Amino acid sequence: MTEERILITGNEAAGEAAIRAGCRFYFGYPITPQNELTAYMAQHVPEAGGVFIQAESELAAINMCFGAAACGQRTMTSSSSPGVSLKQEGISYCAGAELPVVIINVMRGGPGLGNIEPAQGDYFQATKGGGHGDYRLIVLAPYSVEEFANLTMLAFDLADLYRIPVLLLADGQLGQMMEPCVFRKPPPLELPPKDWALTGAKGRPKRIVRSFFLPAGILAEHCKKLQAKYELIRQREVRFEERDVEEADVVCVAYGTSARICLEAARLAAKSGLRIGLFRPISLWPFPEQPIRRWAERGKKFLAVEMSAGQMVEDVRLTVEGRSPVGFVGRCGGGTPTTAQIIDAARALKKSGDTILSSKKGEAR
Amino acid sequence: MAKGYHRPAALTPARTHYCPGCGHGIAHRLVAEVIDERGCRERTIGIAPVGCAVIAYDYLDIDMTEAAHGRTPAVATAVKRCNPDKLVFSYQGDGDLAAIGAGEMLHAANRGENFTIIFINNAVYGMTSGQMAPTTLVNMKTATTPLGRNPATEGCPIRVCELLATLGRTVFLARGTLTTPRNVRETKKLIHRAFDVQERGLGFSMVEILSPCPTYWRLRPDEAMKFIETDMVKAFPPGIIKDTSAEVQ
Repeated sequence: MTEERILITGNEAAGEAAIRAGCRFYFGYPITPQNELTAYMAQHVPEAGGVFIQAESELAAINMCFGAAACGQRTMTSSSSPGVSLKQEGISYCAGAELPVVIINVMRGGPGLGNIEPAQGDYFQATKGGGHGDYRLIVLAPYSVEEFANLTMLAFDLADLYRIPVLLLADGQLGQMMEPCVFRKPPPLELPPKDWALTGAKGRPKRIVRSFFLPAGILAEHCKKLQAKYELIRQREVRFEERDVEEADVVCVAYGTSARICLEAARLAAKSGLRIGLFRPISLWPFPEQPIRRWAERGKKFLAVEMSAGQMVEDVRLTVEGRSPVGFVGRCGGGTPTTAQIIDAARALKKSGDTILSSKKGEAR
Repeated sequence: MAKGYHRPAALTPARTHYCPGCGHGIAHRLVAEVIDERGCRERTIGIAPVGCAVIAYDYLDIDMTEAAHGRTPAVATAVKRCNPDKLVFSYQGDGDLAAIGAGEMLHAANRGENFTIIFINNAVYGMTSGQMAPTTLVNMKTATTPLGRNPATEGCPIRVCELLATLGRTVFLARGTLTTPRNVRETKKLIHRAFDVQERGLGFSMVEILSPCPTYWRLRPDEAMKFIETDMVKAFPPGIIKDTSAEVQ
């Protein structure tokens, strides 16, 4: 079969990828800047023989996912920041009941209603919990339309493999922009049978899908099991990309749209002899701690670049543990940092090694 | 077949955690008997609420899932859409259904989702110790209406069946009680009819059951049953509120 290369928006590519991955139950609610995804699913999921429901709320949408996943079906919902806040209750329940669900967050500016510009202000929510209780999600951060599509397909496999909700953390720019895209299915994984799914108790004992464990000690055992699973994921599912890190004066750490801007900054800076490398986490949880730490041990200086007031930078600092300087350039309230801000900050970092660069400077535009 | 008292196959032998005089035990049994009589235990999926019946899945011997508080109809929507050939019901209390889950209830009903809600209306939040519910009667004292429910500040009890009857795609909405053996049998018939509507693929159905909560009504079990007959039925008249099953096909 020849490789099909199409021009498509990130939102639609993610929708198409979900359908190709076997998602037949999609539940959404309108919110900008992810509306193209919901509209794409409204048209194409029924064509694929599946079910599309425009839910009455984000709460209903994620809980419809809960129901479909409980029946063993591949299911997805998508939204943008304020809507993903509403989904947090349902995500916690899915995590507790170990249901494989894929959630897409096409981030926009916050807090509150914020605005509809691209942003990365939901990193804390995505990677540190968001909902209540001790749980983790696998969080994947694409930086191109094609990667958005291909990580979406991977997300379904990982969700089924570990019985865990998987969150794709994109932003309004990735969702809205068009790029050439080749859909590449991930290598097939041996997935466990869904011997817990609700199909009617025919010829077998009944099955119960639950996150509620009232008797003392039972929930503790359940949580230990979850933690063991998270540890396995930490060991096996770290994903990242490195570009020109070895020779870099300063290594930008950035994901998603921010990483694209860092690449352009690196290209421009090279003309004046400043070498900027890029370390791009693809899995935000599990965060690529070991590879970053190895570079820190070799004295690399890091510059975290985010479309936020500084969220992932905390994980970089926790990982580096003071071994080397970590600067920050960010822009909050929607929108993207400029290449000039990144180059200025990188140059200053190269010279001074100051661990606390002013983020105010980074934000001004 | 020998007549006598048998445990329905759809009911587990587990001892329930319900208070003496609670209606949940009777309602569980009715659902289980109806499932048995229809011979559909192996193709039934239930959705348990948050509330006193949170562990209904320990008592019913069928595939079941929990749902977050009030999100029950959203979960049931997806379960039924995934399994059009299964009998799907949610089992919900008044807080779960008509307060925190009012949105999910209204829109599942309005879409005409082809599942059945078994709605246990006992006019209080039982599990959290007797607070006001959307169906608490006017002047009724609860933990959060110590002077009695005041319509001026807390509104009037919501008649869920009547509310949903205004929606175009609700097919069968009925209300029964558990106060006498005869009424128990009538209520069981209503559950059968609701499941009939679902099995025929006609659309949304609900049976509301007025159910005693002696503990938080601060009444003896026999007084609680009497209270339903003297007071509760005035606010919530039993009977078939809507049945368009002959019209929709």
